[in-house]
Amino acid sequence: MSNGHDTNNHLIRMANQIAANLAAMGHDQAVAETQEHIAKFWDPRMKAGIAAADHAALSPIALAAITRLTASH
Amino acid sequence: MGYERQADYGTPAKQGAANVTLNIDGRAVTVPEGTSVMRAAAECGGEIPKLCATDSVEAFGSCRMCLVEVEGMRGLPASCTTPVREGMVVRTQTPRLEKIRRGVMELYISDHPLDCLTCAANNDCELQDTAAAVGLRDVRYGYQGENHLGSAPDLSNPYFSFAPDKCIVCSRCVRACEETQGTFALTIEGRGFESAVSAGQKSDNFLGSECVSCGACVQACPTAALSEKSVKAIGKPERSVVTTCAYCGVGCTFRAEMRGNQLVRMVPWKDGKANRGHSCVKGRFAWGYANHADRITRPMIRDAITQPWREVSWDEAISFTANRLNAIKAQYGARALGGITSSRCTNEEAFLVQKLVRGGFGSNNVDTCARVCHSPTGYGLSRAFGTSAGTQDFDSVEDSDVILIIGANPTDGHPVFASRMKKRIRQGAKLIVIDPRRIDMVRSAHIAADHHLALQPGTNVAVLTALAHVIVTEGLADEAFIRERCDWDEYQDWARFVSDARHSPETLEPVTRVPAAELRAAARLFATGGPGWPSGQRKRPNGAIYYGLGVTEHSQGSSTVMAIANLAMVTGNIGRRGVGVNPLRGQNNVQGSCDMGSFPHELSGYRHISDAATRALFEADWGVTLDSEPGLRIPNMLDAAVDGTFRAIYIQGEDILQSDPNTHHVAAGLAAMDCVIVHDLFLNETANYAHVFLPGSTFLEKTGTFTNAERRIQMVRRVMDPANGYEDWEVTQLLANAMDLGWNYTHASEIMDEIARLTPTFAGVSHARLDAEGGLQWPVNEAAPDGSPIMHVDGFVRGRGKFMVTEYIPTDERTGPRYPLLLTTGRVLSQYNVGAQTRRTENSVWHGEDVLEIHPTDAENRGLKSGDWVRLASRAGETTLRTLVTDRVAPGVVYTTFHHPDTQANVVTTENSDWATNCPEYKVTAVQVTPSNGPTEWQRDYANQAEQSRRISREAAE
Ligand code: SF4
Ligand code: SF4
Ligand code: SF4
Ligand code: FES
Repeated sequence: MSNGHDTNNHLIRMANQIAANLAAMGHDQAVAETQEHIAKFWDPRMKAGIAAADHAALSPIALAAITRLTASH
Repeated sequence: MGYERQADYGTPAKQGAANVTLNIDGRAVTVPEGTSVMRAAAECGGEIPKLCATDSVEAFGSCRMCLVEVEGMRGLPASCTTPVREGMVVRTQTPRLEKIRRGVMELYISDHPLDCLTCAANNDCELQDTAAAVGLRDVRYGYQGENHLGSAPDLSNPYFSFAPDKCIVCSRCVRACEETQGTFALTIEGRGFESAVSAGQKSDNFLGSECVSCGACVQACPTAALSEKSVKAIGKPERSVVTTCAYCGVGCTFRAEMRGNQLVRMVPWKDGKANRGHSCVKGRFAWGYANHADRITRPMIRDAITQPWREVSWDEAISFTANRLNAIKAQYGARALGGITSSRCTNEEAFLVQKLVRGGFGSNNVDTCARVCHSPTGYGLSRAFGTSAGTQDFDSVEDSDVILIIGANPTDGHPVFASRMKKRIRQGAKLIVIDPRRIDMVRSAHIAADHHLALQPGTNVAVLTALAHVIVTEGLADEAFIRERCDWDEYQDWARFVSDARHSPETLEPVTRVPAAELRAAARLFATGGPGWPSGQRKRPNGAIYYGLGVTEHSQGSSTVMAIANLAMVTGNIGRRGVGVNPLRGQNNVQGSCDMGSFPHELSGYRHISDAATRALFEADWGVTLDSEPGLRIPNMLDAAVDGTFRAIYIQGEDILQSDPNTHHVAAGLAAMDCVIVHDLFLNETANYAHVFLPGSTFLEKTGTFTNAERRIQMVRRVMDPANGYEDWEVTQLLANAMDLGWNYTHASEIMDEIARLTPTFAGVSHARLDAEGGLQWPVNEAAPDGSPIMHVDGFVRGRGKFMVTEYIPTDERTGPRYPLLLTTGRVLSQYNVGAQTRRTENSVWHGEDVLEIHPTDAENRGLKSGDWVRLASRAGETTLRTLVTDRVAPGVVYTTFHHPDTQANVVTTENSDWATNCPEYKVTAVQVTPSNGPTEWQRDYANQAEQSRRISREAAE
């Protein structure tokens, strides 16, 4: 029932969920915390997966966080 | 050590403010004020004969056996009910006393069957001992008069029997049930000669009564009237070994009383600091699974899961496994391998499994079953306070003034602690319960919650934020504490956030369904203690928060934990006795397995894997190179397996197919792997997908440590030889050495030494110290050489307490026309987790199957009554089970347990999970309930597949 595509959707959903829960901190801090959270808790394959996935469905905070995460790697 | 009973001082210890010195039989003794003469005598080595007194319950003074002479006092006072006084002169043995005691004894014995030689309690009976002590030699009344001999015993309880003819009506059992257990199941019925112990109504037997089979009455009984059936069956124990219960996170310690290699009974240890001599039905009685016929004791392998199992030697099993793992690693790389540590195994065993994965497999793909229960606790509390653990010891509850329970059901999940909590509530502490369901703590014998906030499942964060809103906007915050201990700027940001009108109980009422006035009253009670405060020296009450899986197993589990931490800080309830944030852990060693570095992103002691200095420490000790990137968590492993990048897993003592959410997805992930290794006692559900089965050992067969919910590290001791030949850590070592890791531990204590060497919070821990001192609460190090019963006493571990803004975000799991009800899940007292052990004991007489609780209105709309079969369907899947119509649940909410594999409740739970930790959202699933005639197709197929995959081909065994 799951494949690479589904897994990527799942990653996008996870990233958005993290961003949404941190959003109340204000945009800048939420981006920084989302980036840090993913860096600290996701395995490399998941990080690569979300970097390569279609980012259209990412929320603005999640998108900014993923962009920074990819740039820093 | 030979067998002997633990000392009994007759009456409970007192903590009087002053000391009193008196003289007993010419010896001077000093004891705290309020102590009884009986206890004072026992403390200076004397022993006053007694029948109705025992030190687990308050004295009652009914038997008159313990009379003493006190200088200057007329008459002969009962020593058990007479408190000591300064300068008192007591004589415990005089001709006058001897005569009276002998007379009393004679009366008792004339109404007692004298079948001592064939009685189960022979040589372990206080009546016998007392008769000997008072020198009874003759019974003048004869045995022919009216007596109670020959009355039929009550055998209804599976574990203990009640023989009325052996009862001396001392009421110790009645008091134990009230004071120790708090169930109030027993009474003395009738008066004088007619009086007799009874469980509820006269017609009731023990099984049909309110009795929860905790065993406290059996423990208190001086005769064979209440006694374990196992003693009758096996005989009197000959030795005893103190060990720790392997069921829940309370961590009760027991004396395992043995005859030869056979366990006769488990008796709660009076010196156990977690349980103080109490127990529940699981630890006390439900150990029969250890030699259940289903237990597998020989290793088994197979090439494909469609084949039957083949029993093989340990050598063959281990080399088969190592070869497979090496081949997979060579082809797909280290990150294709991983493992799961168990919250049921010891610290030493969990530590070795993560060492094998990190150091041997070469990946950080190690996780633990705590993922699906308390991972948000680790995350939330470490952010707020700086440590991933509860702040108190259990004794702390004795000083609590207001107790707040959220998302926990202590009477079922943590029964022994619940008894202590109930005792405190009976003494007058206030109680607030936040739970969608009317749990027993809300109302039971002599207990009632002051407020029950029956919230809609999934709205914990909204309710906690509303409580904070009331406290802040009504000026009830403890600003002095916050200024001193927390980050003031962060507090102000947070206070602004919670003060917003959108967080008021009135605005949130439609979402939470908690009446705003009730919520406001609860907030005020928690912050101020209600009428009667300020009291004495203290301005504010001690408020303690206890929570469980109803907090963590949500899409906002981590936020809820942080909101709880905020609530404790804003009311100044951290850093002393009586207060704190207390996660009630599910399985026995959840705390320990987390401490041991079982999470993919951190090494033992909660140090992140990316920290080079910590890695270097381990690399030097282990002689390996560690991956600096975090590994996969259990749900991510399963996703990766389905994608084909994760191919092999070593699972110790965990049944992920039954315990993890969305069974279909777990099954697909397992089926996609090339090598699934299950190390367990039984062919569990996960083993249906396994290629290797390594038989495990029970807690009675191994040495090591468990860490309970209070961070208390306690010894588990081997009382019998492992039926499978090896303790679990030895099996892990065999596998490691087959992969050329060259380990040479000869005893579990050496593993603990390594843990202590590599983990600052465990620096002072060793088996030798635990043997000498009982349990130790981490951190145990230079700063806290004797451990840390209470944390954050002078300041938070992280420095300043951190207020985290927690926004309520509704879960994606919503009800709608197709799935109009919300399902939430829980547990019952008699069963444990997925039930693998308890289902294989007589505990099933109390809980034979999982049932679905549904409100009368919802039932009526569907034409359902109690006992009907229903189909329970969600977006993820469906199953069938029977209903129980009850108003314990609110309209719109249904509830079930997940103890039985036939129910497969997790077929319906979804893959939604906590945003920070991926802890699954077990507690909220949108479902529909409709009438049905029996098991679903999936249940039938599943039963079929399970039967197929459990086949063992005996021919090939040699
Ligand atoms: S077993 Fe426990 S609950 Fe049952 S009657 Fe005895 S003390 Fe009460
Ligand atoms: S059953 Fe045992 S404890 Fe209870 S009243 Fe009788 S003798 Fe005492
Ligand atoms: S299951 Fe828990 S409460 Fe019961 S005896 Fe074991 S540790 Fe104690
Ligand atoms: S032991 Fe004191 S009256 Fe029974």
